[in-house]
Amino acid sequence: MPERVFITGIGIVCAIGNNVGEVLNSLMAERSGIGAITLFPTLHQGTLPMAEVKMSNQELASDLGFSTAKAYTRTALLGMKAAREAVRSSVITDMKAFRTGLIGATTVGGMDRSENFYASFLTDPSKGKLADVVNHDCASGTEQIAAYLNIPDFITTISTACSSSVNAIMFGSDLIRTGQLDRVIVGGHDAVTRFTLNGFNTLMILDRSGCHPFDENRAGLTLGEGAAYLVLESDETVAAAGKKVLAEVTGYGNANDAYHQTASSPDGKGAFLAMTKALSMSGLAPSEISYINVHGTGTQNNDLSEGLAIERIFGENVPPFSSTKAFTGHTLGAAGAVEAIISVLSLLHKVIFPNLNFSTPMKELKIKPVSRLMTPVKLQHVLSNSFGFGGNNSSVILSRFENTDVQ
Amino acid sequence: MADPLVYINGSGTVSPQPAFQTEKFPFEPVSYETNPLKVIDPGYKEFIPAEMIRRMGRIIKMGVASAKLCLRDAGFQQEDGNYRSPEAIVTGTGLGCLEDTGKFLGSMITNKEEFLTPTSFIQSTHNTVAGQIALLLKCHGYNFTYVHRAFSFESALLDAMTRIKTATCTEVLTGGSDEITNPSFSIMQRMGFWKRKAIQSMELYQDHQRGTIAGEGSSFFLLANKKNDRTRAVLSGVTTFLHPESSFEVVHRGYRFLNNMKCQPNDIQLIITGINGNPQDDSVYYEFLDKGFSGTPMAGFKHLCGEYLTASAYALWIASGILSTQVVPPWLMVRGTQPEKIDNILIYNHFKNQEHAFILIRKV
Repeated sequence: MPERVFITGIGIVCAIGNNVGEVLNSLMAERSGIGAITLFPTLHQGTLPMAEVKMSNQELASDLGFSTAKAYTRTALLGMKAAREAVRSSVITDMKAFRTGLIGATTVGGMDRSENFYASFLTDPSKGKLADVVNHDCASGTEQIAAYLNIPDFITTISTACSSSVNAIMFGSDLIRTGQLDRVIVGGHDAVTRFTLNGFNTLMILDRSGCHPFDENRAGLTLGEGAAYLVLESDETVAAAGKKVLAEVTGYGNANDAYHQTASSPDGKGAFLAMTKALSMSGLAPSEISYINVHGTGTQNNDLSEGLAIERIFGENVPPFSSTKAFTGHTLGAAGAVEAIISVLSLLHKVIFPNLNFSTPMKELKIKPVSRLMTPVKLQHVLSNSFGFGGNNSSVILSRFENTDVQ
Repeated sequence: MADPLVYINGSGTVSPQPAFQTEKFPFEPVSYETNPLKVIDPGYKEFIPAEMIRRMGRIIKMGVASAKLCLRDAGFQQEDGNYRSPEAIVTGTGLGCLEDTGKFLGSMITNKEEFLTPTSFIQSTHNTVAGQIALLLKCHGYNFTYVHRAFSFESALLDAMTRIKTATCTEVLTGGSDEITNPSFSIMQRMGFWKRKAIQSMELYQDHQRGTIAGEGSSFFLLANKKNDRTRAVLSGVTTFLHPESSFEVVHRGYRFLNNMKCQPNDIQLIITGINGNPQDDSVYYEFLDKGFSGTPMAGFKHLCGEYLTASAYALWIASGILSTQVVPPWLMVRGTQPEKIDNILIYNHFKNQEHAFILIRKV
């Protein structure tokens, strides 16, 4: 008999807010976090927009109680801030009371510091401060979160490109369902870097006017940054501590498109399989899904193949859907957890946040996204998609739980 | 209901040693005086279409080749030469695609963010190995990549075992890969990771300079819920822990891990440790042995493959070879004498006394 998995805490920092409350306010006010690049000097300043977290490294460090940001990458600082909020919101007082783990996710780890190191290193291999490269690896941020929050029993990090943090939710849920952990903090963190900005730019998939997902005239994604963490708990620990449940993880699926290293297949096979697996695990019929928070990056390729896969599954009855990436930018390794938290907020507050910047429906699709805030709406089950390079496709279903009503 | 057993039904490796498939175990080991140790090309064109080889980073090539070697060992190669796909692919890599990352970073800096091409960026993504294997096998199943330092391969193993134990999959391809590049070698040299003076790799454990020798490699395993005539061993379990306070804690965790597997310390005929010739690292293993397994013979493997974050995957490849052939070649032994009959092997690896992991593997 599989155990149930509940979300009892959430924490987030991204371009539209430094905590859950601020993010909710921005979503309700339909306020995007996309703006000019200010965090680092780059050739693309003034031509490409970005969705930056509105805090400097020093501000993040002070907020976390460190006198200086020196020992940390921006990625890790963001991760610690979001994970701390998640743990606080779940009211965890004793980390050792239950077997508690941490699963982080990231695409480029500490690249924000190593790209500075590498510039000096290239001129002379004896140059460059080692302190700038020592936290380059993807695990570093996760280990710093674990040390900061004293998470004792299990730790790992996932990197499957832009689906990374949904996969952290999946594996964390599996560890609970198989009785290997009682409680696990899962999510992802990624800072913006020149490396990723230039990387996506070489693929010519960055929209110069800010992303407009699922629009006929979409021209690419907008890079964002942030971190988001969720506390997952088994039914036993929830009962033992009398925890308030925010939502339940009822289904998930991961599949591989096996079509191309970066492009999605024209028919969205991987996306179709991921959503189908999640539905099948949850035991829900497609008609029971109340809302889809789509991956919707705003690239030609993603939105078309994701849209076709959705039409194939839901037929004539596609539920309301929207991409929230025009709010947050594409936060890469954090995106899945960012959007899972936005989905939890949708469930809690009975609201569908709009797909900003939408005006013209895509000609290949019969469907179009929700472009105006909808509330109150009755939401029972929300499907959230995250897809990434390497053909990695993941879907998670989050469901309303009886005690979730917010006054 | 008891947990179903997880069988290793095939394995393959690309390493600095000349043996790629378990049926070649034991092999004639090569000693190197170079640092780092680099993998021997297994003949990549046998595994990867020629037009793809040219563009692929080394880690991708060694990953794909070792995965296909493993599938061949597991009997997944069909008469037409193509490979049957497993249901899931779960990989680990400590540092990912360093060559492509370095290439893109280098040209971005040198060319001041202009005139860049996407290939190395695309291939720099940490899940490129798992993605390329899926692409070549047309595997639409579960596809995960773990990137947690010296837990990368162990996390992949745990996930792969969880697929089988929850009956969501019956056959899972899992492995660990890392590559060494000139920049990463020289950065870690500055951090004090490597021995300064050249030594013979086969004499790694007799050298007392600080540091170890760098290495690289990729090893894959086909885990399944059913045994067959190709089954190499039973994979009992894996556990990881960070920053133990003392060697007593390591022993305690080791005993508890074995106990969970219904195995006693006396049942272990051989311990394979990640001993690497760096006195500071090695003392952790010796204290563990002295306090918990004083009479148990100990073998090493890093004199064969060098130190890297997924080296424990190579240890598991060695252990599969030992269990299926019942041969422990003398050049593996570091302490004690070669056991004759081997039912249970405990693998213990740690990295810088931070990440520690145990793997228990047993005879079928």
